[in-house]
Amino acid sequence: MDTNLIFTLGGIGLCGLGLFGFIYHCHLLRRLIAFNLIGNGTFLIMVGFAQRGQGVTDHVIQALVLTGIVVAVSATALALVLIRRWFHLKGSTQLPEDDAS
Amino acid sequence: MNMILSPIPWLLVIPLAGAVLTMLIPLNWRSPASMFGLLTQLLASLLLGYQVSQYGTQIYAMADWQAPLGIALRADGLATLFILMSSLVATACALYAHLYLNLTKRGHFWPLLWFLWASLNGIWLAADTFNLYVGLELLTFAAVGLVAFASDERSLEASIRYLYAALLGSMAYLLGVALLYGAQGTLAMDSLAETWHWGPTNQVAITLILGGLLLKTAVFPMHTWLPPAHGGALTPVSALLSALVIKASFYILLRFWVEFEVYRHLPSLSQLLGVLGAGAIIWGGWMALKQTHLKMVVAYSTVAQIGYISLMFPLLTAENSEASLMAYHGGILMLLAHAFAKAGMFLAAGNLIYCTGKPDLASLAGMSRYRPLNIFAFGLAGVSLMGLPPSGGFNAKWLLLQSSFLSGQWWWIVVLLIGSLLSAAYIFRVFAYTYQETEATDSFRRPPITIELIALCLSVASILLGFLSIWPVNVVSLPGPFMEAMP
Repeated sequence: MDTNLIFTLGGIGLCGLGLFGFIYHCHLLRRLIAFNLIGNGTFLIMVGFAQRGQGVTDHVIQALVLTGIVVAVSATALALVLIRRWFHLKGSTQLPEDDAS
Repeated sequence: MNMILSPIPWLLVIPLAGAVLTMLIPLNWRSPASMFGLLTQLLASLLLGYQVSQYGTQIYAMADWQAPLGIALRADGLATLFILMSSLVATACALYAHLYLNLTKRGHFWPLLWFLWASLNGIWLAADTFNLYVGLELLTFAAVGLVAFASDERSLEASIRYLYAALLGSMAYLLGVALLYGAQGTLAMDSLAETWHWGPTNQVAITLILGGLLLKTAVFPMHTWLPPAHGGALTPVSALLSALVIKASFYILLRFWVEFEVYRHLPSLSQLLGVLGAGAIIWGGWMALKQTHLKMVVAYSTVAQIGYISLMFPLLTAENSEASLMAYHGGILMLLAHAFAKAGMFLAAGNLIYCTGKPDLASLAGMSRYRPLNIFAFGLAGVSLMGLPPSGGFNAKWLLLQSSFLSGQWWWIVVLLIGSLLSAAYIFRVFAYTYQETEATDSFRRPPITIELIALCLSVASILLGFLSIWPVNVVSLPGPFMEAMP
């Protein structure tokens, strides 16, 4: 099996896992981790699927994934700040409506 | 083109530089520096408007790095109109914020505003799908920061919800872009459109991209994050979010829809978008009617107005080019009228809340006697949102109605009429509260006349748009890749 195909399939799996976690979990940090899983899955798909059959490394894809990682890190940082502030204010790691479930 | 002569790089470089600079300099210098920035942005947008109307679509490669690694920027008629719209509305909101916020708050507001502005301009001008992604994400971060800026529990909750919804939306978009690149080996909008073929990969990609963008535009039923975020933020922020931020993802959606000729190949998807729009009009109007807080009424009205704008999708059909052109003009006018009217309405609502000190409708009693100018501003914006003549909203609805007649899709006419009735109902309901006289002696705070005038200016602009509609219509019809792909 082609390595790029393995990357792509792995990416799809990660995206699915992440999406499930994002919807299923109420804990804000778990959701954030789930979002990061989706992100990593997307990057794997980018690396694997977008380069298949070319034989040479595609620099555009490398630039895209690097940019994507930077954006995902900033998103995670912003979300962490908001979650920490929420925890300090309310002492809770969930949003109000999610408490019931 | 030369960097000095073209206004395009300045539209990105100045807001980005402004964002970094206003973070570094002392608090009391931030406002003067930003005022200078506002002026340059207005000048640059006007210059771009002149250049595009004289010489046609402008293309600019940042620092002479050519695509695919470099960042290409493209300004056609549609982009230019959006640049002008965002410059005018953002300037008004920025001036309002300068007068409305105290020194510390104001100092922290400027960097976020400049980031927001840079990402908006980046999205309007982007010529490739990945830059659109970066713009979308930067826009989300700035907008979430601005929502959390009110720094109370409610706005914090709203901002977390907003951030999660937006992140999911942009991830879906990025995944779609990755698939497009895998299928076609390019990211530029132009070359994607040239080599477009409806394989299974492209279909999955387009579905993901549409889903992500619909979530970010808060199209019904994915709107639940919007009302608390827009209603709970500080007043100038609410105005910016409702008037400009949701338009960004809509703009990308429209570009994909037309430039890749999605409307031609998936007409059932157009109808689906129309149904979602109709749902938004009715549900948003109904919920606006039931709110007890003034800003929540205005926020739900945004949900309904997004519905009107989405109605242009089912009317953009390949069979009837005249009706499609009308729908395109009507949708763009609706978007423009909504930007001005909703910014004006949010600012007027903020002034009223500033007066009473309470956010609920019941405490508005006696306001129409005490603050007639403000109620007038609120009313003028309401006229445009309801679509009464003469206003930008009326012309837009008229074009959409005519387009529905021409293309034989009478069911959208019914939706448009019900929507107008609902919007009239929720706006007059607010008025009814302001005319009540209660026994209680109230103590009102008097807002500075300047912030009332800013709200009035925006509302008047939405009415003036009714007389000047031909100008934006001409600008968006300038020849370019977008118009070539129109039916």
